This record gives sequence, structure tokens and C-alpha cells, in this order.
Amino acid sequence: MADAFVYDHVRTPRGKGKADGALHEVTAVRLAETALRAIADRNHLDKGSVEDVILGCVDPVGEASGDIARSAAIAADYGFQVPGIQINRFCASGLDAVAASAAQVMAGQKDLVVGGGVESMSRVGMGASGMLPAVDPAVAIPSYFSPQGVAADLIATKYGFSRDDVDAFAVSSHKKAAAAWAEGRFAKSVIPVKDVNGLTILGRDETIRPNTDMQTLGGLKPSFAMMGEQGGFDAVAIQGHPEVERINHVHHAGNSSGIVDGAAAVLVGNKAAGRRAGLKPRARIRGFATVGSDLALVLTGPVDVTERLFARTGMTMKDIDLIEINEAFSAVVLRYLQAFDIDPEKVNVNGGAIAMGHPLGATGAMILGTIIDELERRDLNTGLVTLCVAHGMGTAMIVERV
Amino acid sequence: MNLTHFRFETDEDGIALATWDSPGKSMNVIDQNVMADLNQIIDHVVATEAIKGCVITSGKEAFSGGADLTMLQGLGMEYAKLVKTKGEEPAMAFFFEATSRLSLLYRKLETCGKPFAAAVHGTCLGGAFELALACHFRVLSDSDKTRVGLPEIKVGLFPGAGGTQRVARLMQTGDALQMLFKGDQIKAAAARSMGLVHAVASREGLVQAAKDWIKANPKAKAPWDTEGYKLPSNKVHSAQGMMIWPPANAIYRRETSDNYPAAKAILQAVYEGLQLPMDLALRVESRYFAQILRTPEAAAMIRSLFLSKGELEKGARRPADIPPTKFKRIGVVGAGFMGAGITYVAAQAGINVVLIDRDMEAAEKGKAYSHKLMSDQIMKGRAKSADRDALLARITPSADYAMLKGCDLVIEAVFEDRAVKETVIKSIAAHIGRKTILASNTSTLPISSLSEYFDRPSQFIGIHFFSPVEKMMLVELILGKRTKDRALAVALDFVRAIRKTPIVVNDCRGFFANRCVLNYIREGHLMLAEGVPPAMIENVAKMAGMPVGPLSLNDEVALDLGWKILQATKKDLGEAAIDTRQEALLKTMVVDLQRLGRKNGKGFYDYAEKGKALWPGLADLQKVKLPADSIDQQELKDRFLAIQALEAARTVEEKVIVDVREADVGSILGFGFAPYTGGTLSYIDRMGTKAFVALCNKLAKKHGDRFAPNRLLKQMAKADERFYGRFAPTKAAA
Repeated sequence: MADAFVYDHVRTPRGKGKADGALHEVTAVRLAETALRAIADRNHLDKGSVEDVILGCVDPVGEASGDIARSAAIAADYGFQVPGIQINRFCASGLDAVAASAAQVMAGQKDLVVGGGVESMSRVGMGASGMLPAVDPAVAIPSYFSPQGVAADLIATKYGFSRDDVDAFAVSSHKKAAAAWAEGRFAKSVIPVKDVNGLTILGRDETIRPNTDMQTLGGLKPSFAMMGEQGGFDAVAIQGHPEVERINHVHHAGNSSGIVDGAAAVLVGNKAAGRRAGLKPRARIRGFATVGSDLALVLTGPVDVTERLFARTGMTMKDIDLIEINEAFSAVVLRYLQAFDIDPEKVNVNGGAIAMGHPLGATGAMILGTIIDELERRDLNTGLVTLCVAHGMGTAMIVERV
Repeated sequence: MNLTHFRFETDEDGIALATWDSPGKSMNVIDQNVMADLNQIIDHVVATEAIKGCVITSGKEAFSGGADLTMLQGLGMEYAKLVKTKGEEPAMAFFFEATSRLSLLYRKLETCGKPFAAAVHGTCLGGAFELALACHFRVLSDSDKTRVGLPEIKVGLFPGAGGTQRVARLMQTGDALQMLFKGDQIKAAAARSMGLVHAVASREGLVQAAKDWIKANPKAKAPWDTEGYKLPSNKVHSAQGMMIWPPANAIYRRETSDNYPAAKAILQAVYEGLQLPMDLALRVESRYFAQILRTPEAAAMIRSLFLSKGELEKGARRPADIPPTKFKRIGVVGAGFMGAGITYVAAQAGINVVLIDRDMEAAEKGKAYSHKLMSDQIMKGRAKSADRDALLARITPSADYAMLKGCDLVIEAVFEDRAVKETVIKSIAAHIGRKTILASNTSTLPISSLSEYFDRPSQFIGIHFFSPVEKMMLVELILGKRTKDRALAVALDFVRAIRKTPIVVNDCRGFFANRCVLNYIREGHLMLAEGVPPAMIENVAKMAGMPVGPLSLNDEVALDLGWKILQATKKDLGEAAIDTRQEALLKTMVVDLQRLGRKNGKGFYDYAEKGKALWPGLADLQKVKLPADSIDQQELKDRFLAIQALEAARTVEEKVIVDVREADVGSILGFGFAPYTGGTLSYIDRMGTKAFVALCNKLAKKHGDRFAPNRLLKQMAKADERFYGRFAPTKAAA
């Protein structure tokens, strides 16, 4: 089996996913196009040599409809011969797009592929493509479906995380992200989104609040208490985990991932393709996995998928130098730390989605890039990236520097 | 036309009136013959140019109770036979065709091109209301007796003749689902405001109102067959749908623990149907209907909650040769919570009640309970103050036993203490006539032993009410060794008069219901002792289908009562008869910690104004704590249900239960035993005695001899017998 290498990666800054967000004026295709152009241009790629563009996008409707990967490749001037495919595994789509790219390379069917993702949450709207697993009784009932916030609150309740615990983690996310920006740790990979005249629309992540503290967060009301109680979802969560007497609702907008716009691209290829393009590999993709996990907890997939991936690769937590786990909700990260008893200093060292936001289809590719940059900066070797996924799934990937 | 069930006439305006009046029956019921008549009527109306439209009404006091469930059972049997003779596919094709027929007939009426109107007075339920829903116009009489609704869900079915589809097209989806889930009977005004019917009229003006509408609407079409029709809650897959369906699915699980396939089928049929044009929507509904009809849940619930319950209420156990008693006056002695409740239900049934307690104040207090209950009814708009006055006028509180003279029946409901009971029974005996039946509402003391305080033990019987009396539908009648037929007949007549459901059992410790319940509570205690998280004990019990968790239930009946019963059992039957782990737990709770239950605000739960919560100290009582994810929840469910079912099987072997219907109906109505199972014995029958004995043996090996199957069960398992086979009830109903 061929090795799959990451030759480069870029991402846009993440803009606040509302009408007053800086990227609200930018179409979804244009966001993806920005990332695709940047990764080709800065590596002086022959665009036509890219054999596929695989992009994650969770709400591929409206302006993101009709296979946005092909559309973005055309807009980015890759040429008619470069195909594209849009995929969706909810929050892990961006990482799964890279995994799918790597899989084709490893299988020897392609030499050079761009994986990545895009989401314009301010323009398309979260949930714009619907959520069948919540709607069709034949799926929702056996799925123990509840909104993710209720599931995150179930995780906090079951595993004993208090409101202070989840708020404290959120505070640290903002502090770490602010420090990372201040030190220029993202400079290598964040490419500004520009207008047609070359003027910068947004050059930095927009939602970091360095001054966030326990007091400001303490004033926020739990977001999912009323929904959980009146919509029947607390009861569903409890039937999934009946040792819980009542759900302790601890999550709110301040300790869950932000809604943002953004796109990312990762250049994946085999050794020969890199040599042809004159590129040096930055990391080798050691392995990746996806699992289905507990349906009522929804968001504990990272724990299960990490175990699966360790089993596949023969590695253990001791082999891992740094971890990026998507900060969908504070409790997701806290449970992961608890399950493996990990030193928090190894995890999300530059902050995460609570501070910088979670552009659903793109995040997986973004945090893969973050960990490669940070492994290089610290001169460490091995990193693990994982995301929890709606409807009870999890995806993870291990990369190591070459 | 050749009609049997309808009278048909056409007036000078060309409007037909089909009056449904099935010969020889007190209630119109839909069966194959009624369907054939209706089909003729539709054809005739369509074919006769002079007929403009047709009003359907009833010639009886009520409109109709709906479809004949035995007809559906018959189709089920036919299906089972065909599976054997012709194979699964042809059998299913027959069954689907047969069970779709009513729906297709109603659709034919709806699309026939001429207007049909339903003029409804009295009860109009199930398939009958579905007929009305298929009519283009529905008018209800303003009578208090008029009730419409789709109660199928209560017997494990759902409205399968267009009910789910038409209701969901008449009102907001959330409201429609709620109506279909609840199966309530709805009064005329409410039905009008829900949009279920078009108009309300006086009983006399009913048919005319329907005719007037037909005159004004010669080309009637259902709204959903009209161009431009929009669903009340927009499309299923829409922003509005996202507000409706996720909580609907969640609430389904909350309310049913996913134990009721019929409720799930309602969701699914409405979800799919709202995305289809009417004809296809009805076909999809029919597909689910055919599936649900064949579920063991529907079979069990129809048998226990419709057929058996009805048979017991109509006197299946009543000695036939004793003339019925018409109650003029009864006596209730003891005006506490139970006595006051019995007084209320008797007075509610129009019976005069003498309510005796040791002084006038105590007796008045008992009567005040009726005042309170009636005032609550008035507040809710369910009664008028005149009703309250009339009811209170029937209750005579007194401290004088002499007032009991002339009562047809006297029920003592005094404190559960043998000495007190003895005194009271003797005092009553001194004042009543030779024909008065004396009954005890004891829940723990053997009836035969109490009857010894009475000089006519043949006329002494146990009438065990459940608390709260006004809400609980079951009454357990206990025959003492010397109780004779007349006492039983009078007691049954009384239960019938107060419109409750009786079961008749032979005397033993705990009778039937409490024996099963005590086993349920003990299982909860033992799980706690084993280290199962307290919330899991409670939640899994409810997920198994019980209405309340065992710890919560114990709090309601009081822990010290449980402690007392345990001590009494130990004293009477010896150390081996009780479980030391349970004894230790109750000793800690009751003796050491004074945690007695709801009555003193602390038991397994803490009780605060905001609500109750499990007492956090329970964790400290657990020497071991099992990790939640390591616990086999199915095994907990099995334990909760099997331990009760096993006790029921023992009562059959001991001949405490002599009619299997009573164990089933009694377990559901008396203590809420998982209704979807059809009751304690149906639960075993569904599994099969072989499998049940295997389950018991497995549980006995792991958890102790309390799960050891009794001799009867082992015998039955060997022969692969069922309770409803070996002890097939005779259908007798007076």
C-alpha cells in the first residue's frame, strides 16, 4: 500500500456566522475557491494534475448545492478535467474528506488529491438541508434522537462535569486561541479572504474573545433546559442512560462551538506526485477511522474511534504528542480527557472551536492543519485529530511528521 | 336496495336520510354486514339522479361504538389459518385486503361526488367517528351525552380507516398527534373548536342542519381533495416540520418507552401520509394497520383491556341465580382516606351513604372529601354546583351505628389493626339486619379470620379498594372460606353500580394485587442493595412498562408499612420467608433514619416544594456500586416483570386466582403492570411457559430462589401449555 502524505494545507479565517459577520458577503463557493486557489498557487501546482477535489459540506443546499466541490474547482480555475465530490459526515466532513483523499492515494488509484471543506453558516444556515434523523420516526426513535446540546448536557451529567468545569474549559479555549494568534502560530496557514479587487475582507478569526472569564460566562442561561424538558428530549436522554435521574443543563453559547463561515484545503498525494510537483511532504497519514457510537450520548464518538484507531495502528496514547479534538461542546473535550486520563497540556494547545468557531464541513481539515503546524513548531512527531459527529459517530486520524 | 342495518328515505328536496339502527342490538357496531349496507347506500345515492345527497344518523340512543373488535380478531384467525394452508404471502395479501376494506369504503363515500353529512348524537367512537370524518359535513348534538373520539390506542390499535390521515389534515400536526395518542372522548363544543366537526346543533335540529348544509353544498369535496389545499402545519420537511417532528418522536419515547407499536405506527403513518396525496396516504395507513393488528401487544391489550375487562364488569363471575341488588343505602364505617373515597364513589353512583366514624367531627371530615372532589370537578367545568349539592345530600355522616339499620351493604374501612377491626365489626353486627352484607376493605388481614367476628360469616366478604378510590378502577373482592354466593353477588352488584372493574379472589396473605406489588417493591430494594444506581432502578422499571418505580411506589405506601409487613411475615412464616438484605435496608431507612416515605417528607426520595428527588444518601447505603455501563438493563426489566408474573402464577396454583382473566385485568388496573403485555399471565403466555421457566431458572441461579418457578409452571412448560389454553375462561357474562 502506498503512503499518503500531506504536502500542504490552508484555511480561511473563520468569520462570525451571522449577518454582521465579515464573511457574510462572501458566497460559499467563493470561500472554497479561495482555499483551492491558495493551496495551488503557493505550491506552484499544475492545477490540472489534481485528480480530485473532495470537500466536506454539511448543508449542501441553496448556494452550496449541486456538488460544491466541482463548482469550487471550476471557479478556482482548476480546469474542466478536475472532478469534484462533496461529502457529508456532519461535523467530521472536513477530516473525512482528507481521509477519503488519502484512501484513494493509498489504494493506488490516484496520485494527487485536494481534500477539505467549506461551510457558509451565515448564508446557508445551519440545518438548511434538514435533519432527517430527527424527523422520521422510523429513524429518530431507535436513534434516541435529541438535539446535540441536550446530548452534551447528558455527557456532562453522566460523567460529572459541573457548570464551572465546562465554563472554565471555554475560558481556556479563548485564552489559548488569543495567545496563538498573538504569537503568529496560525500565520503559516491562514489565508485572507479577499474581494475581486484584492482588498482583504477578513484576515483573522473573528470570534475570539480574550477577555472571556468565568463571570461573563456565569451570567449565561443554559441553552437547552427548556427544549430538553418541554420537547421530551431529557426523557429520551435518560432512557438512553437511565442511571441519570435528571439532566444537568450546563451548556450555552459560551461553552459550545461558535457558528462561523470558513473553508479549508489539504493537499494529499503519494511520493511520486510530490516529487513531480517538487514538494516536500510535511506529514504522513498514519491511519484514520470512523465509528458509530452511543446514540443517546451522540458526541462521545472521539473516545470510541480513538480506541479503534489505536487498535488498527498498534499505537497507544503514549505515542501521541499532540491532540486536536473538536470543541463542539466543552463536555466533549472534558470527557475525552477523562476517558484517557490525558495531560490537558497536550490537547487543543492553540484553542479550538469554542473560541474560533466550527464551520461544520471545514473544521476537520482546519484542525488537521493546526496540528501539523504545531508539531512542526514544537518539533514533535505524532498528532491525533478527532471530531465528534452528529447521530452518534466519530472520526479520527493520526499523522506523523516525515 | 336491500338494507338490514339502515332505514333509508328521501325527502321532497331529494335529500336522503340513512338511519343506522341495527336490529336486535342496543348499540350500532360496524361489521361486514353494516359495511355491505353502507356500500349499497353509496351506490344508490350516486346512481339515483333525484338524490342530491345523504345524511347519516343513528336510530339509537348513541351513534355507534365503532368497529366490532371480534371481527378484527376473526380476520386475524383467518390469516393464521391461511399462513398454514397457503403460505405467508397469500395469507398477508388476504389480510391486507380485508383490513383495508373499511378505509376504502369510507374513501369511496368521500369521493363519490355527492355530499354526505353525519348527524351525530351520543357516543360516536373509533370506526364510527372515522365514518363521520369521511363525510363532507359533521354536525354534533349539543347533548352532554355526545362524545366523539378515536380510542383505538387504548387497546393497542390505531384508527386505521382514515382516522390518522383525516385528523392530521384537519388540525395542526402536533394537536393531531396528541389527539391520536390520547384517544380521549371529546365533547361537542371541544370537537367543534378543535375543527373536528363543522357545527353543533340541538338534538332535534341535528338532521335538519345536515340537510341544510347538503342543500347549500351540492358538489361537496373534502378539503384535501380540493385544489390548493394546504396542510395545517405546512410540509413535513420544512422549518415548521422541524419544530414538530423531533419533539413528537421524543415525547413518544417519553410516554411509551417505545413499548407501544400502535403509537409508533400513528407517528409513522402521519409522517408518511402527510407527504402523500390522500389515496396513497390511506394505503400507507392501511399497511401499518395490518401490521399493528398482528402485533402481540394489540392481541394482548384487546383481550385484557377490552374483552376480559368488559366480561368481568358485566358479571362473568357473578352467581347467576341470585337476583340483582338495587342499592338504596349503604353504610361506610371509618371516614378516613379510604372510607371517604368509597363514600364518594357510591354517592356519585346515586347511592345513599351513611358514613360512620367515632365522632361527628371525624365523620363530617370524611364527607368534606366529597365536597372537595366535587369542587375540583366544578373548577374543571366537569360538574355543576347543583351536582355537588345533590351528591352531598346523599351522604349522611354520623357517629351512631344505629344509623346503619336498613343498609343493603356495610363496608368497614377503619384502621388496619385486628383489634380495632374486631370491635368495629361487632358494633356493626349489632345494628344491621339479617340481610345486610358486611364487607371489609382490609388490604392485609385474611378475610376468613375477620369473618369470625361476625355471626354470619357466609355474608361477610372482602371488598378491597385501591388508593385513591376515585381514580383506581379495580376492586378486588376476597372470598373468605365461608363466604357464600349472595355476599359475592351483592358485592359484584355494588362494584357494577359504582362502574368499577371487579376481580374475585380467594383468601390469602396479601390477596392477589398486593402480593404481586410487594414482590415488585422488594426487587427494587434488592437492586439497591446490590449496588444498582438508584435512578437506574426507577427509570428501568418505568422503561419496562411500570407506571412508577419501586422506590417511588414504596415511598407512596410508606416504608414503615413495608417494614411492618416484613416483620409480620417473619413472625408468622419464619426467618426463611424474608430476605435479610431487604430487612437490613428497611431497618436502616425506617428504624435508624426515620425515613418513612412521602408522609414524613423523606423516604427513598426527598420531598421539597419544587418536587421530589432521590435522596443522595442512598449512595452511602450501598456497600458496592456497580458501574452503570456494566449493568444489563434487559435483565433488570426481566426481573421486575418476571417476579410479579411468577407471583401471579403462584396465585393460580394456590387457587387464589381462579380465572386467568382476573390476574391479567387485575394486574393492569390494580397496579399498572406493563399494560402492553396484557397483564401478568399474558406476559408469560406471550413468552411461552417454556421460555418463562427458563428465564426464571436463569434468574434464580443468579439472584436466588425467589425466582424458582413453581410446580404448575414447570408442569405447563413440560407440556408447552399456555394459561389461556389450560385455564381457558368460560365466556360467561350475566
